[in-house]
Amino acid sequence: MPSVSIKVPGGSRITIPHYPVDMVGAGERASSFTKRSIKKESKLDALYLAITMTDLTTLEGADTPGKVKQLCGKAISPVPAHYLQEIKRLAPDKKIRPIPSVAAICVYPEMVPIARKCLEGSGVELASVATAFPAGQLSLDLKLKDVARAIKFGATEIDMVIDRGAFLRGDYQKVFDEIVAVKDICEDRAHLKVILETGELKTLDNVRFASTMAMEAGADFIKTSTGKVTPAATMPVTLVMLQAIWDYYQQTGKKIGMKPAGGIRTAKQAVHYLVMVNEVLGADWLHPKMFRFGASSLLNDLLRQIFKQYTGQYYYQDIFSLD
Amino acid sequence: MKIEKTIKLFINGQFARSESGRTYPVNDNYARVCQASKKDFRNSVDAAKSGEKSWSSKSAYNRSQIIYRMAEMCEGKRDQFVSLFKTTLSASDKKANEMVDEGISSFVYYAGFCDKYSQTIGSVNPVSGPFHNFTTPESVGVVALIDSDEFNFGATVDRICSILVGGNSVIALLGPTLPAVLAPLSEVFATSDLPAGVVNLLTGHLEELAEVIASHREVRSISYQNESKKFYETVREKSVDNMKRIVPNHKELKSLENILSFVEYKTVWHPIGV
Repeated sequence: MPSVSIKVPGGSRITIPHYPVDMVGAGERASSFTKRSIKKESKLDALYLAITMTDLTTLEGADTPGKVKQLCGKAISPVPAHYLQEIKRLAPDKKIRPIPSVAAICVYPEMVPIARKCLEGSGVELASVATAFPAGQLSLDLKLKDVARAIKFGATEIDMVIDRGAFLRGDYQKVFDEIVAVKDICEDRAHLKVILETGELKTLDNVRFASTMAMEAGADFIKTSTGKVTPAATMPVTLVMLQAIWDYYQQTGKKIGMKPAGGIRTAKQAVHYLVMVNEVLGADWLHPKMFRFGASSLLNDLLRQIFKQYTGQYYYQDIFSLD
Repeated sequence: MKIEKTIKLFINGQFARSESGRTYPVNDNYARVCQASKKDFRNSVDAAKSGEKSWSSKSAYNRSQIIYRMAEMCEGKRDQFVSLFKTTLSASDKKANEMVDEGISSFVYYAGFCDKYSQTIGSVNPVSGPFHNFTTPESVGVVALIDSDEFNFGATVDRICSILVGGNSVIALLGPTLPAVLAPLSEVFATSDLPAGVVNLLTGHLEELAEVIASHREVRSISYQNESKKFYETVREKSVDNMKRIVPNHKELKSLENILSFVEYKTVWHPIGV
């Protein structure tokens, strides 16, 4: 089996296998997770859980302080007041659980100070993309400065991108070293999520290898995509990454988190992902500390479906915020 | 070669099977049609909602061109419609052609009205003060059409088009007499440069769908053309809560009144001299 030898800090070397992945098999298995029938109470539980796992994201050139503030407000309290009143009116006999806050906000480093202020005391984490997101095409010292600034501003989670150019030309050592260097800066101050940008890695073999390498280098989470490249998160890609997490857990006893990002827009998709996580990794990973959705429009659909579960009716789309 | 047909639903510009997988035979096994489920309806509403954004923002002139193109497409499919009416309804050649003519005539009528109805019913209002005061019609949003049990091609086209003129999107539940008309009719809409989701055609049972149509908040109005009093009551009752407008009795074809049932009026005050 082909493998790649990587030099780790301290001078010794590790060997990371470069498994071939059965693409058709991965696609088939991933689609099998979409066939489960999750209804009523279980569905409601899944929808609530998905909210607590959402990293509400805005990563646009046009981001403004106002938009970030609005998003923070939504992250802490995702629904307008009349939403729950309306559910109570239409379903007076049902016990209605309050809508939880999302897991985190995900913004550019420049927006971190604004978000920090808004999120204070709310329990919502603050993630910042860094390392020259989304392309990752800068020198290492600038990338590290980017990370250090984000942490200084108050980010509690760092979403770094790997250098796909280096990866695709076979310079795996560079990719590995960069993750190690970023991890050194994060230390215990911030959680490190490593974005593989699977849409640019092209093959599942590469995805599998990059996942293992990122975990060996110190990633706390591995994340599929920046959301700027198509395809972003898909079920087969996520499945391969989850299996890499499982194998790494078997070998080392360390539990690494997973974050699919980009393209997950509907509650139905979110439930499919939760089913997959549960069946591949088990219930230990069904927790915001271990699994996240990188999304923006997903939240509104989750809220619509929760309304439907309680009342049997679909609520207005325009009642929620646009993002 | 004769092939067995399963006529698909028309949702979001695509020819979709029902997500429930259900079909049923119609018109003495002329074909099978899909039995739309509540989820199919929900998906149609999502499609119609996004279709309406693009449709209502097109210029009135462009909407007119697109509806006129429907007339052209319908004319091009004359043989297909005539053959369908003759086979399933035992209509004579003359009668079948007349039915197609009625449909085409409605397409043309409403195409002509797209860039005229606003001038016809909008107004400049006399007000006491230094203001211009205008009233103009705007689209309502997603409109559900529950069609008649009695098949009348011209009337079905008329009902759909009268909703489209104002910039609304339509989800039509076709009646049980000839649900197979969905096949050629959906092809007319699919080839007329109409944005996806503006017209959605469903076949299925009113019994299953009445309640969900009436209770979906995003459906802003219902054109109720079915004969069933029982379901009319259901629709009325379920619509009270979300204040949908129910429009029954679309009897007279090709009339401005039909368009006015599906518009809302906006009045604007504008200071003079600013």
